[in-house]
Parts: sequence; structure tokens; C-alpha cells
Amino acid sequence: MYSTAFLHIKPGDWLTLLLGSACVAALALALWSGDFADRAIIRSGGKLFREVELSRDQKIEVPGPLGISVIAIEKRKARITSDPSPRQYCVRQGWLQQSGEIALCLPNQVSVELAGSQKRYDSLNY
Amino acid sequence: MTASIIKFDTTAEDHHIARMAAVALGLTVLESAIPSPLPGVKPGLANIVTLIVLARYGWRIAAWVSLLRVLAGSLLFGNFLSPGFFLSLSGAVLSLLVLALAQLLPTRWFGPVSHSVYAAFAHISGQMLVVYLWLIPHAGIVYLVPVFATAALVFGTVNGLIAARFMDNAETLKPKVIGNPA
Repeated sequence: MYSTAFLHIKPGDWLTLLLGSACVAALALALWSGDFADRAIIRSGGKLFREVELSRDQKIEVPGPLGISVIAIEKRKARITSDPSPRQYCVRQGWLQQSGEIALCLPNQVSVELAGSQKRYDSLNY
Repeated sequence: MTASIIKFDTTAEDHHIARMAAVALGLTVLESAIPSPLPGVKPGLANIVTLIVLARYGWRIAAWVSLLRVLAGSLLFGNFLSPGFFLSLSGAVLSLLVLALAQLLPTRWFGPVSHSVYAAFAHISGQMLVVYLWLIPHAGIVYLVPVFATAALVFGTVNGLIAARFMDNAETLKPKVIGNPA
């Protein structure tokens, strides 16, 4: 029965299947190419403070001119949990997950950037 | 008090459409018992009926059967005019439109498998369109598109093969099948 099943596929059908598979592969490549991040680069005052792997959950306290910013790493995501900066933009940004995402706390000058296996270009680096 | 009788004049063709739609409906009910890993990923067994009807009786009858199945199915499951109903409807309408084009392909080279795969892709496109434009207008759903496309390719192929095989059986059993009284 399994061998006769293929008799029902005509030459054009093979073409359809090939086309469909190519379509699926192209869709997957185009939509899933987002590089998963594997480490977080933490900077303070523009200088590298620490580079940590995302695989281990931890809390990191980073000193800045205004006080201490706390960065949490959990389930391969990173976020800034608390920061002395007045507007709290970086805290409200929430969890960072994709490679290239960055949260920057001003005026405390603390930032966390996610990086994957390869460096991707964005408006911050070119 | 006299009993009033409302009588519709129905043709043999109407009965035939109703029978086919009932078979499709049965497959829909059967399918709803199969657990799905992701809402929306379903084999679409009822489309086997649509494919067979398309090949034997033409597009008009296939459209009747398919749309009746969607309508009756929604009444049966109690989701008439709910989002689920519109998802089914958009999928069915778009795949019927694509089938109208696909049946123009030379039959020497293209069979039910092609029809089925094109219809499956159209089905999922129609559904994703409704999901994106109406239910979840969020770019995040594009991450699911490859999953749905893979499901469409796999189930489209399988349904096409089943339809082709049923038509083979019907060829050999022709006198019995056609001799069935309405």
C-alpha cells in the first residue's frame, strides 16, 4: 500500500511538492533567522564591566555614577531590575532575548547588550 | 387545525450535495477528536471529500459541499459566527478560489496531490490573514507561519494521496457506487 501510494503522484505533483518544500524552507529561513543570544555584555560608563553567559541565572550589581543598577539573568533572558535613573526607561524595557537587543540606563551609564554567535549590524554599530 | 406542510422541491443533485457534505461533516467530527499540538494545525480530512467531488463533479458542486460543511459544522460545534467559524470560512473560501485555478492545470501532469497541496496553502493563508487582520494584529505571529506552512505541506500531500486512492477504488467499483439509488 505504501509503495502504491507514490504511483498517485504525477510528475507535476512532484514539482508542486518541490515548490512547496522550497517555499516552507524559505519561510523558515526568512522568519526564523533571528540569532538567539547566548551572552550578555554589561557596560558601565562606556567601559566593559562584565561579560556573562545567559545559561546561568544570576543577579549582577553594576555600580554607576548615580548608584547601583541591578541586572537579572533568568531563563536565557536578561533585564535590568532596578536602576537609580529618574525615567526608568531601561527597567521598563523588560526582558531582552534576541541577539542585538540593548537596554541602556541614563544617566547612570549602565547598559546590557545581548550578543549571539555572530555580530549583527544595527543602527548602533556599523 | 390543518397541518401545513412546507415542501421544497429538491433535485437529485441537491441530495447528492447533501450526502457529500454529510460525509465531510462526519470527517470533521472525527478529526475534532484528534488532539492537536497547536491550535490550527489540523489534518483537514474533510478536504478529501472536496477534492474527490472536485475531480468527479466539478468546482460548483465542490464549493457547495465545502461551504455547507463549514456552515453545518459550525452549527454542530456551536461556533457559528464566532472567530473559529470565520477562520474555517476564510480558509475554505480561499482554498476554493485556488482550486478553481488549480483544476485548470493539465490533468496529465497534475493530480489530486497538487490540488490538495495548493488548497492547503491557500487554506492556511486565508486563516493567517484573518488572524492577523482581525484577531491578533501582532507581528509575533509570523514566527508561527513556518510551522503552519509545514503542516499544510504534509497534510496537503497526505490528503491528496488519500483522495487519489479513493478515486482509484471507485474506478474499480464503479457499477456499485453509481448504482446507489438516491
